[in-house]
Amino acid sequence: MSTRIDTRFAELRKQGRAAFVTFLMAGDPDPATSLAIIQALPEAGADIIEIGMPFTDPMADGPAVQAAGRRALKAGMTVTKTLQMIRDFRQNEDATPVVLMGYYNPIYIYGVERFLVDAKAAGIDGLIVVDLPPEEDSELCIPAMKAGLNFIRLATPTTDDKRLPAVLANTSGFVYYVSITGITGSAAADSAAVGAAVGRIKRHTDLPVCVGFGIRTPEAARGIAEGADGAVVGSALVDALSGSLDTGGKATAGTVNAVAGLVASLAAGVRSARAG
Amino acid sequence: MNSLPNSFRSGPDERGHFGIFGGRFVAETLMPLILDLEKAYAEARADSAFQREMAGYRKNYVGRPSPLYFAERLTEHLRDISAASGRAGGAKIYLKREELNHTGSHKVNNVLGQILVARRMGKKRIIAETGAGQHGVATATLCARFGLDCVVYMGAVDVARQEPNVIRMEMLGAKVVPVQSGTRTLKDAMNEALRDWVTNVHNTFYCIGTVAGPHPYPMMVRDFQSVIGAETRAQMQEAEGRLPDSLIACIGGGSNAMGLFHPFLDDASVEIFGVEAAGHGLDKLHAASLTGGRPGVLHGNRTYLLMDDDGQIQDAHSISAGLDYPGIGPEHSWLRETGRVTYLSATDEEALAAFQLLSRLEGIIPALESAHAIARVIELAPQRSKDHLMVVNLSGRGDKDVPQVGEILKGRKT
Repeated sequence: MSTRIDTRFAELRKQGRAAFVTFLMAGDPDPATSLAIIQALPEAGADIIEIGMPFTDPMADGPAVQAAGRRALKAGMTVTKTLQMIRDFRQNEDATPVVLMGYYNPIYIYGVERFLVDAKAAGIDGLIVVDLPPEEDSELCIPAMKAGLNFIRLATPTTDDKRLPAVLANTSGFVYYVSITGITGSAAADSAAVGAAVGRIKRHTDLPVCVGFGIRTPEAARGIAEGADGAVVGSALVDALSGSLDTGGKATAGTVNAVAGLVASLAAGVRSARAG
Repeated sequence: MNSLPNSFRSGPDERGHFGIFGGRFVAETLMPLILDLEKAYAEARADSAFQREMAGYRKNYVGRPSPLYFAERLTEHLRDISAASGRAGGAKIYLKREELNHTGSHKVNNVLGQILVARRMGKKRIIAETGAGQHGVATATLCARFGLDCVVYMGAVDVARQEPNVIRMEMLGAKVVPVQSGTRTLKDAMNEALRDWVTNVHNTFYCIGTVAGPHPYPMMVRDFQSVIGAETRAQMQEAEGRLPDSLIACIGGGSNAMGLFHPFLDDASVEIFGVEAAGHGLDKLHAASLTGGRPGVLHGNRTYLLMDDDGQIQDAHSISAGLDYPGIGPEHSWLRETGRVTYLSATDEEALAAFQLLSRLEGIIPALESAHAIARVIELAPQRSKDHLMVVNLSGRGDKDVPQVGEILKGRKT
């Protein structure tokens, strides 16, 4: 099985550079603006697009992503509308991989089988579900693999060498290394420590390793991209979006460009690094 | 529906499941810790030195065993009501006096156990979530006793309505963090505690206050609380020479109820009732997850939850901060599905009435949480015969609720 994610990493390997992975919340600050932002991402330099599925109780997320989820839910975002948004995005974009990231309950309530069929049909390539560790693989991970979707696992500083094989066993697409113990939007780990951790994971797998949590600037993105196969930026983009809203929390004429502009400069940071 | 198990007391399985409920739905960062905790708890449970240590603190620090008290005037009152309705019944009501424990509720039973496990694991920093503040106070107390750092997360709404407990926690040296996110009640306090844990994973022990969360918490907390039911068995044997006929307890997450129920689950003659918070009414805002919810995944376990059709968790409401939670421990979900336990509910108004009735008839001011159980006793006891032995878990004392209830009653007089 080869997905858009596999194809994208093969291309990037040929170019000799790391991937720039963006995270934004579906429906933030409203469904129409959210779609416009996502449509602008590939041209701005995003190699892989992660889309958050809003949830009322995001216990692994910091204040920025929590607020993004609240804005999206307030604007009426649902699982169904999230899938529709990706379907709309796919009308004009077939190459950039899309990964849905979120918590299990909305998927569980939507119905796992139905969700996988609809996600695949919408053009989604992979899933990251924060509260499904390998111990619960039978819930969604195994069914997702069978449905032809990558199930991307998080590895963390607490995932030691003994546990890594279990974490990697049913992972596909790429491995998402969470560079710190903490929530999204926390302070970054230094790139040397991250490089060592990526090296440790790579001794256990041939999958690309992308690194996220705490990357906010083009310089930090470049530092990470030198030691990893990809750099993920989320909270900084969400903050740029949030900063462009009016006092009532509504999108302004500058919202799409605020996000796309930061994506472009971060992408330049990633592209300036030479993968090792 | 599942076929009935041979025993209702054998769960969970090795993956932490009670039927389809329970499990370990946590972020990868926490998973290694949860596995460590499972191992540490299994070792402690099998270690007679640990059991002796816990027994010592239960006796001399907590003040156990708690009395099983025959509530004579409440019994007489409900017999009068029974007689007036022409039934001539009225169960004999016993109160399991968990409110007499040090710190004023059953919560200390669990916290003592977890803190002793945390010490075995070498953890120096303890975090907890709290709703009414009873679990927070118990945690702050034992952290003071053992010289551990203590941070308690409490929804900002609860900080306001349970101020006496906030003052107590701070007096005991704990840091109380008012949680402003989400609905600013117990579920958000739990989210924030999980965020702290995932950040400070290396030195921190998360002391969960109820029979919920990822495995092994529901099992471990149940085990520590089961002292309630074990004592009740022995005390009833001594008082009446037999088992009780019914048990009744209030349920938020469900730890006081599980503690009372678990030792009796395989005694088929014992009727068991859990009472959820029906808030303004089951057709309005409430906190009755089993009655008004459906199975979903939150806070590390699959269980009944209040949510909308998109899987978004809904606001719970109860007059009692300790029951104001949109979920329930997974073992309760399983006991409901198997039919072993009957789950009822009581509204804010019923709880308020029961609060006042028990205060005046027995000179015992119950916690608003426990008053929900009393509210159903008021209904059930007159329907039972006079030789029916009913045990109600008086899980906490109402001192913390006196300002809130006082305000409500004052508002009604004017």
